[in-house]
Amino acid sequence: MEESVKPVIQVKNLDLSYGEYSVMRNLNFSVNKGEIFIVMGPSGCGKSTLLKVMIGLKQPQAGAVLYNNVDFWAQDEIIQQNIMRGFGVLYQGGALWSSFTLGENVALPLELYSNLSARQIREVVELKLALVGLSGHADFYPAQISGGMRKRAALARAIALDPEIIFFDEPSAGLDPISSRMLDDLILQLRDTLGATIVVVSHELASIFAVGDKAAFLDTESKSMITIGSPKELLAHSKDSRVIQFLTRGGK
Amino acid sequence: MVNKPALDTALENIILDYSVSKTLRIKFKGNWLIATGLPKINEVIAQLSKSSDIQQLSFDASGMKEWDSGLVAFLFHLIRECEHRDIKVDLLTLPSGVQKLLTLALKVNEKVNLEKNEKQSFLEKVADKVLKYLDGALSLLNFLGEIAVAFVRLITGRVYFRWDEFMVILQRCGADALFLISLISVLVGIILAFIGANQLKLLGAQIFIANIVGIGMVRVMGAMMASILMAGRTGASFAAELGLMQTNEEIDALQTLGVSPVEFLVLPRILALVIMMPLLTLYADLMGIIGGFIISISLLGLNPVEYWQHTQSSISLNNVWVGLTHSFVFGIIIAVAGCFRGMQCKRSAVAVGEATTSAVVSAIISIVVATAIITYVCQVLGV
Repeated sequence: MEESVKPVIQVKNLDLSYGEYSVMRNLNFSVNKGEIFIVMGPSGCGKSTLLKVMIGLKQPQAGAVLYNNVDFWAQDEIIQQNIMRGFGVLYQGGALWSSFTLGENVALPLELYSNLSARQIREVVELKLALVGLSGHADFYPAQISGGMRKRAALARAIALDPEIIFFDEPSAGLDPISSRMLDDLILQLRDTLGATIVVVSHELASIFAVGDKAAFLDTESKSMITIGSPKELLAHSKDSRVIQFLTRGGK
Repeated sequence: MVNKPALDTALENIILDYSVSKTLRIKFKGNWLIATGLPKINEVIAQLSKSSDIQQLSFDASGMKEWDSGLVAFLFHLIRECEHRDIKVDLLTLPSGVQKLLTLALKVNEKVNLEKNEKQSFLEKVADKVLKYLDGALSLLNFLGEIAVAFVRLITGRVYFRWDEFMVILQRCGADALFLISLISVLVGIILAFIGANQLKLLGAQIFIANIVGIGMVRVMGAMMASILMAGRTGASFAAELGLMQTNEEIDALQTLGVSPVEFLVLPRILALVIMMPLLTLYADLMGIIGGFIISISLLGLNPVEYWQHTQSSISLNNVWVGLTHSFVFGIIIAVAGCFRGMQCKRSAVAVGEATTSAVVSAIISIVVATAIITYVCQVLGV
């Protein structure tokens, strides 16, 4: 945590589009090491599109995404894949492979990208499942567990290789308040223990205030980022009615 | 107390220090990273087993360079092993990050409430299988009953039937399959002509190729080839479509709306395929005859007019009816198999794949069995 001022992610003049339809223009922000950065905004504003661009699944229309000062989209495929190996992604629905047990889901990245023996992989898998509160569930299939447990198992897979950056797409979606709170606590603990930099795409206010160090608000109408800052400070000091309305559930 | 030497290369990142009485001090060296490999924990556990007087475990991480959760995984299992052996572990001698991760991992985890399958005896397994098949047979009967009821309700106008969608399904089952049916049927006609030519040439009766191709295609081969194709194409698509709807809870949504999924989803599909199969079969018959005709004229040197006359005279209306009966039965089999497997699909990607495979396999097996039965019945009736 000593190097917490170092920007790990820099987004510069980023334009997002779907075909000819422009989604977001001129995005600029940076995320420091060990920071939890929230991308928030109303449904359909382009949060998930931004996430897809950041994790390398969709090319931006223009602009750059830099990881440790390396422009991701300017690199060839091999370098891009090396950079992506430092990512852990928790998808909205968990995206666990249904034909694999939870243990096999977490083990796959380790089998692909480490030289550990089968026994050592099993030990790491057990640790990762224990970290998300699923010790002893390695032999269960995704279909046999609840939605909240699936999300946590997917998180165990996302952190299998101790990623430098962890992306969360709507982590609270479809979860009950207790599971949602548990996941928020896990996000904080992973930052504190693994020292990971975390990007969370969300519109769940409770989660945003619980975990966010810094948040960017994306606006659908202007197709731009209209503010950035600590969620609590934005709530206290922002004068933009769109931001205040969003952060107070349309209350002010 | 005797200082035991450090272990072999398997523990090159570890020094075991026994200098303090009843305490094992583990000194970590170098890098402890998943990417570069980790020492094997059983080597350390073997040391613990050898020294039965150890009551405490402590650590010295001053010589350690980089670490990640590989180290934590190692310690996590070592600590659990120590718990079994009543050995105290001093976590405070570890780096604070490692301590935090270990504390998180060692927190009481969610209990495993799900029951796992206990080991079954051979007889229990056989009984389970038999019961499973019986269950399957009952479900199929139930499903057929639901279809019959839905059909009656359709006739009496009490079903919410979307004609637009029905037409789309009709097109998918019929017109969209014409190219494949043409290709396969022409080839089957050609194959029949070649096989027949080789045998009939010996008797100098090559013109009877027209009879073999005509009767073969119209009576059974046209219907059979078209149905096998449709089982792989449309039956599989029905199963995958309904299976995915099951996975996405779309079928639950229909039920909660008070709409019967059998009436809304299954009935249009079965009707569409039952209507289209006889038409596709007639088309397949024609294409097969054309295939035989082309080969007989071009390669076997038969007279086209004579060939055509032989074809006309050999194919009786009875043959056409037998072929159409086949196709009608096959249509029901394919549609029911596809829809039944789709509706029974569990909620996962694997289950959708299994439902699709199972729909095709059960349809093809049933088609062959049905062909045998129909052929025997026709034989008995002298048709």
